[in-house]
Amino acid sequence: MTGTLLFNALRDAIDEEMARDPHVCVIGEDVGQYGGSYKVTKDLYEKYGELRVLDTPIAENSFTGMAVGAAMTGLRPIVEGMNMGFLLLAFNQISNNMGMLRYTSGGNYTIPTVVRGPGGVGRQLGAEHSQRLEAYFHAVPGIKIVACSTPTNAKGLMKAAIRDENPVLFFEHVLLYNLSEELPKGDYVCSLDQADLVKEGKDLTILTYSRMRHHCLKALPQLQEKGIDAELIDLISLKPFDLETICKSIKKTNRVIIVEECMKTGGIGAELIALINENCFDDLDSRPIRLSSQDIPTPYNGKLENLTIIQPHQIVDTAEKIVRKGL
Amino acid sequence: MTNDQEGSQLLQQEGHAERLTSLRGGESANLDREIGLKLFRDMTLGRRFEDKCAEMYYRGKMFGFVHLYNGQEAVSSGVIGAMKLKHDWFCSTYRDHVHALSAGVPARQVMSELFGKETGCSKGRGGSMHLFSKEHHLLGGYAFIGEGIPIALGAAFSSRYKKEVFSDENSDSVTAAFFGDGTCNNGQFFECLNMAQLWKLPIIFVVENNKWAIGMAHNRATSDPEIWRKANAFGMKGEEVDGMDVLAVRGAAQRALERARSGDGPTLIECLTYRFRGHSLADPDELRSEEEKDFWAQKDPIENLARILAEKGFSNKNELKSIEKEIDLEVNDAVEFALSSKDPDPNELTKYIWAD
Repeated sequence: MTGTLLFNALRDAIDEEMARDPHVCVIGEDVGQYGGSYKVTKDLYEKYGELRVLDTPIAENSFTGMAVGAAMTGLRPIVEGMNMGFLLLAFNQISNNMGMLRYTSGGNYTIPTVVRGPGGVGRQLGAEHSQRLEAYFHAVPGIKIVACSTPTNAKGLMKAAIRDENPVLFFEHVLLYNLSEELPKGDYVCSLDQADLVKEGKDLTILTYSRMRHHCLKALPQLQEKGIDAELIDLISLKPFDLETICKSIKKTNRVIIVEECMKTGGIGAELIALINENCFDDLDSRPIRLSSQDIPTPYNGKLENLTIIQPHQIVDTAEKIVRKGL
Repeated sequence: MTNDQEGSQLLQQEGHAERLTSLRGGESANLDREIGLKLFRDMTLGRRFEDKCAEMYYRGKMFGFVHLYNGQEAVSSGVIGAMKLKHDWFCSTYRDHVHALSAGVPARQVMSELFGKETGCSKGRGGSMHLFSKEHHLLGGYAFIGEGIPIALGAAFSSRYKKEVFSDENSDSVTAAFFGDGTCNNGQFFECLNMAQLWKLPIIFVVENNKWAIGMAHNRATSDPEIWRKANAFGMKGEEVDGMDVLAVRGAAQRALERARSGDGPTLIECLTYRFRGHSLADPDELRSEEEKDFWAQKDPIENLARILAEKGFSNKNELKSIEKEIDLEVNDAVEFALSSKDPDPNELTKYIWAD
């Protein structure tokens, strides 16, 4: 089998979209000559030139704002956050302008931009490089938030994000870049707002996204051994949520666990549980459970780091409790 | 002649007003009757429009933060009046009404926006500090300090991109980014000056140095009060001009436009000006001395131009009076239009969040 690594799947998506539409360009730190810190834009500089793959100085807020201005005047920029955490420095441009400007301008302008890059907890990268900004950006109006998790969805979602007329925050995970998979043949695009039903089941619903999808996949065989048939859904779209798929599943299983890598307070799961309570409270046989990271800066020490994020055995334990004991 | 360091130490110790006597800017723009009347009309529209805003605000017809442009008209008319409307791009701040008018956004649309009406240029969703018009290439009013500069940089990047990637020779638009003295201590200012010069982008950075960032006097906020000299650090052309003299501003804008259109990159123009009112209509304006206000009132840019037009025989008092009357009618019509316009449809509260 000839697999494609996730970072190459993303690269292929960008390459294909740049070939398809000359308005598409890449803006960011070391995206050009260096090929991107995780090689997602490798060789594109040579292929498309220095204006279409623009190496910027280290000025996150300004080059992100520049992308907004470029989008307002007809281009379709992809901004790379070398590490998504760096985009905290661009928070103003992402929220005030990328997110809100279409509305405040009364529809005068659209902002077709993609902001992408590696996020999540890596291997002992320290607190600043281990951030989960999806939760921080979740309240910003006018922005779609997507998290890819496999080479196949990475490519299809990236192509969809580039073609979308709205700003899309596109989260990649630093530990998933080397996943390998055979990609579907030809030009395919995934839906930006559709969750992925990874595995059907009847006993409980597990909602997750990004790298935690793979932790959940590790938990599934152990649950199976215990006679628990879990349904696994990869949210894909973190904003807006695919409530149809989520509610349909909960209606069937009557139990739900959310497994997330962001911190518990103000996290994706927090919003999700509120929505579940609002939309399918009567379908629940037990209270919804969040398995989230600790509310702490990610520690450097490897053992402490592992304790900070959720591990597969915790998913197994919690699923067992909720099904057996109705927790 | 504009970037030399000679005598800078002495000048740094001098105040805002004193700098007017030793400006090192270039030539003023040529004047003829047509240009003179156009500039007079544009500045008068700006002034009368803002006066009407104050009236409407104090009468309780207009809400929110309203920042008026009185006194600074020579900058908007001098720069935008030298540019190609609906071709070049304009980027403003929270003090954006007059930039919008100079860019050609109809007074009716601007006034309606201030009244929050559906007929406003931002459909009543933006308000005073967020005027937008894609049709008139107004990139918008940006209410946080400095955040408009990167947006303007992006428009300038698009201009160069389309010229080179699409081989479109007609893509020679220039973007003017307006902002104040307070912004020149903000990172986005320096970051964008660097990128603009690095990539030779067609952009003009127009500093409206009115000496006061709300209550913070310019000299108390910056290590070198001569903002135009900061261009030097980036190898960029900088120029200081009398911001109360529309022809001086126009001259500087013309030179900057020529550089930008011919691919020579950006220019930083520092216009020494003054706002005749407080920071906003909510500002008690307690810190600025009467003496200082009187000094600048004597330099009223509109009266200044009217005098020159009469001296050169391009116009006379009667003609200018009749222009003022026409403009008063236009402004009153804008108010009538705004008052009689509908509020946005409540059913469309969430419209414009997403693009299809």
